[in-house]
Amino acid sequence: MVMRVVFVVVSLFTLVMAFMVVSHPTLFSSALYLVATFLGVAGLYVLLEADFLAVVQVMIYVGAVSILIIFAIMLSRGMMGKRTSSHNRQAKWVALASLLLAILLLYFITVLMRWPAVQAGPVPAGAIQMLGQDLVGRYVVPFEVASVLLLVALVGAIVLAREREI
Amino acid sequence: MNLLDPQTIAPWFIKVVGSLGLSAFWTQLIWDVIGSVSLVLFAIVSILFIVWLERKFAARVQDRLGPNRVGPYGLLQTIADTIKLLTKEDITPATADRVSYNIAPILAVFSVFMVMVVIPFAKGVSGADLNVGVLYITAVSSLGIMAALMAGWSSDNKYALIGGFRVVAQLLSYEVPMVMAMVSVVLVSGSMSLQKIVGAQAGGRWFFWVMPAVFLLYLTTALAENERTPFDLLEADSEIVAGYHIEYGGIKFAWFFLTFFLNTLFLASFAATFFLGGWRGPFAEQVPILGFVYYFLKTTLVIFFMMWVRATWPRLRIDQMMSFAWKVLVPTSLVLVMITAIILKLGLSPFWETGLLLISNLAVILVVLGFLGRALRLGIERPKRRVVA
Repeated sequence: MVMRVVFVVVSLFTLVMAFMVVSHPTLFSSALYLVATFLGVAGLYVLLEADFLAVVQVMIYVGAVSILIIFAIMLSRGMMGKRTSSHNRQAKWVALASLLLAILLLYFITVLMRWPAVQAGPVPAGAIQMLGQDLVGRYVVPFEVASVLLLVALVGAIVLAREREI
Repeated sequence: MNLLDPQTIAPWFIKVVGSLGLSAFWTQLIWDVIGSVSLVLFAIVSILFIVWLERKFAARVQDRLGPNRVGPYGLLQTIADTIKLLTKEDITPATADRVSYNIAPILAVFSVFMVMVVIPFAKGVSGADLNVGVLYITAVSSLGIMAALMAGWSSDNKYALIGGFRVVAQLLSYEVPMVMAMVSVVLVSGSMSLQKIVGAQAGGRWFFWVMPAVFLLYLTTALAENERTPFDLLEADSEIVAGYHIEYGGIKFAWFFLTFFLNTLFLASFAATFFLGGWRGPFAEQVPILGFVYYFLKTTLVIFFMMWVRATWPRLRIDQMMSFAWKVLVPTSLVLVMITAIILKLGLSPFWETGLLLISNLAVILVVLGFLGRALRLGIERPKRRVVA
């Protein structure tokens, strides 16, 4: 009972904050609402007893991604205080398309997809060790490919942003 | 209940309160609330003392007397200052963004108090022994960056904004080597739980003796993460007055002030936990209450070191600070993690493993110092600024 109430509160919080992200006129405030949304998702992970995912969610999305977004907003000239309208003529069509996409995705993920079933029960004690060993064992190739991708993005960003010799 | 063993207090309490007829849920809740409140109170009371200590110590280093009017040796000075701060008028700048301006100090304190949960005070005594402890520390402390950014932006003041920029640049840069130093510790101890990290340092095998280079790395980044000299560019008084909290006064400033010293306390206690054996010491296993004493002694030692550096060192320039992080600390930390992982994979006996780790760490220190010395002799150049329109 308590868990259900907590779940409803956390989900509502996440949804309201996510709505504020797209509807708030100031870009900086939108970014702050995005942080709140990420924290709400981390709360959902905690409710699922996925401690590791929750902590990683906070570390990567709140600690790195959002801060970089805010940094980008701060560095772009004239974006800080200005109230920009988040609506334009295309808003209606975009809303419709997003709704359709969301329904399709939900249908695909929940109905069509056959997820391998794991028996319900408490999370095993060594879950993190298992995760770590899988990352550098069974799934080592995707893991390394992701690292290489990040490295390429890093080098690319430096090449683009480097001051050119005149 | 055995007073010498703090681990027995929780079961005793639950038994006593449970016999009053409360359900298990409420008993646990009451116990948790008591635990949290006493943790927070402990932190705040020790901050009062640390602030006094820092002022007195810095005064001695600089040949002054320091606070000496309120109470014996000026001990009550901090309390007087706190009362002054709390009774000041609460001002909000007219053009500030009210919501984030008021949330920022709360979020800052919140982020440091959250870290407190995982500190192992004695054998089996910590708020919660999370098995993702180390990761939790880094995740929660990144909320502090968020708070500083919010404060810098919402104050609508250019010095505050520049302070906010510097916070992100500095804290994110120094977080990388700090996390890498923690990774080395996690590799050697084989766990991310802080109690198990302390457990891995049994028998005087403190990680300070095993990995001195990692310890120095952690201490350097801790100085930077705590915004202390030589890395106190975030609030460099002569350049940007006070940085991101320039527009704050009264109780809201007090929150930021508290955050600064809480950070000192926690970074020092993590240094003690990761490298100086935490609560370990003679008879700490048999008489667990002694663990508190050892923990406090070691933490105070690290805090003293941080104060010593603050009282004697000048401030770095911003380009020196950034290049020190990315050109010296990050490569060093990566090399250290690789060396540690390779040595652990060799599967040697504990004696040879420890010896090899120590030798490689000393070698890394020598090589890095050699490179730094050469760079100093050649003269560090200011990077040529060429503005391309």
